[in-house]
Amino acid sequence: MTVSTPAKYDVEAVRAKFPILGVTVHNKPLVYLDNANTTQKPESVIEAISNFYRTTNSNIHRASHLLGEQATNQYEAARKRVQRFLNAREWEEIVFVRNATEGVNLIANTYGRQYIREGDEIILTEMEHHANIVPWQLLCERTGAVIKVLPVTDDGELDLTNLYNYFTPRTKLLGIVHMSNVLGTVNPVEQIIATAHEHGVPVLVDAAQSAYHMPIDVQAMDCDFLVFSGHKLYGPTGIGVLYTRRALLEEMEPWQGGGDMIESVSFARTIYNQVPYKFEAGTPHIAGAIGLGAAVDFIQTLGMENLRAYENELLQHGLAVLTNVKGLRLIGSASNRASVLSFTLDGVHPHDIGTFLDFDGIAIRTGQHCAHPLMQRLKVPATARASLGCYNTSQELDALAESLTKIRETFVS
Amino acid sequence: MNDELRELYQEVILDHNKRPLNYGPLPDSNHDGDGRNPLCGDHITLHLKLQDGQIADVTFEGEGCAISRASASMMTAAVKGKSLAEAEVIFQQFHDLVTGKRELTEEELDAMGKLAVFAGVHDYPARVKCASLAWHTLNAAIAGSDQPVTTE
Repeated sequence: MTVSTPAKYDVEAVRAKFPILGVTVHNKPLVYLDNANTTQKPESVIEAISNFYRTTNSNIHRASHLLGEQATNQYEAARKRVQRFLNAREWEEIVFVRNATEGVNLIANTYGRQYIREGDEIILTEMEHHANIVPWQLLCERTGAVIKVLPVTDDGELDLTNLYNYFTPRTKLLGIVHMSNVLGTVNPVEQIIATAHEHGVPVLVDAAQSAYHMPIDVQAMDCDFLVFSGHKLYGPTGIGVLYTRRALLEEMEPWQGGGDMIESVSFARTIYNQVPYKFEAGTPHIAGAIGLGAAVDFIQTLGMENLRAYENELLQHGLAVLTNVKGLRLIGSASNRASVLSFTLDGVHPHDIGTFLDFDGIAIRTGQHCAHPLMQRLKVPATARASLGCYNTSQELDALAESLTKIRETFVS
Repeated sequence: MNDELRELYQEVILDHNKRPLNYGPLPDSNHDGDGRNPLCGDHITLHLKLQDGQIADVTFEGEGCAISRASASMMTAAVKGKSLAEAEVIFQQFHDLVTGKRELTEEELDAMGKLAVFAGVHDYPARVKCASLAWHTLNAAIAGSDQPVTTE
């Protein structure tokens, strides 16, 4: 009998599953470091979507034929995969939406409209993506509620010194990003949720950036709402997930009305369907949900802990090689961070960095990353951001550093 | 540097980026304009001293990519001392050049002088707004609009 040793992460085997990694950009092999923006798709996800359309395509929940039954089964199986992925108690707690943004908007338009009134308070953080700011501002405009903002330190961490003081009897919700898309900072959401619950305040977690980098357990986290997007989790665009604690979801009024979200309709009285269907009006993105199910399978086969450990090695390597680039300043230095390298290069604007790297085949994002308040807080007009995924290698980060050194010479010499 | 990239980032552009002309405040300005490119985080402020229908002096400040900084620098050099009507003609020609709206004649290109280096921009639609930010800001400053210009 052999003793099993922990499997070493075989990045070449992972890369082989991604057809797009074979393409060239400006005649250079693609080095894709824009994963925080969207990730590439493995063969299994592409196949799942393609197979659905080739072999099973039908509408769900309403067809009186075999294919319809199969489509329904696959769609619901994907929901159960997501349930297990998040360790939700029940599959009914998983609502399919378009993306994390739509998940936040759904909560603002249901829970928010039901329970948040003039003078009530919503706590957000200075680190939020616009997706977890603007829906609440829209709600505040309509209701007269107000937003209070938890500040960020110079290191790019949340300043929780006065967390307790943020809660008042008028606090109705706290919204927090699990992992910053700009800095990679991982926030202590469990601690913040526990404090919020002491004050009877429900918490929404934006897990768009964390869900594909680290294990998420909604029961251990004890969040009330959690959202993420499929396309960042190696799945298709146009599909995302809203997790809501069952008791809250039952209380919430529907947002969009239409087919499938009803039990019975008459002009006198319409009875809504049970959860989660009450929140899935109209024909959903069936192939997208099935593709997301395949993506969840893919990432769980890698193993979230394995992936986290590998990506952390990569991140440390990236931090080390970027620190050696003359004139480079890393933005953010949180003690708990993951998979994001935001930086500026003295004498070269991020936009120019992006264009020059592109000509070396290296894809990054530049600009303000849909997080204007955080950028203002950090007093940087724009950054260049390299973000890691399961298929990146330390050689790619070496290539990034080398290219950056060359770029700086071009601009500064 | 790759040839295509050199087409976009000509030496003149890199030079102006490094050492821009007319950069800084203008204490006796009487028209100011604010231009933003929110997607990139570019921000430029233009200071003008208009006198008798002429741009007597002009400076700029702010943050931006090499294309937008060089464009602002070369624009200030091109319009300083010009009448508003002359500046408008240069603006139109520059706009046509970077958007690729029409081919400029040899004479027009000659008249534009160094500004002709921005011809490479029209192959990069995402960079057209970088090249034109300063110019739109100039128009707004002349018009005396206090609304910030945005390229989005």
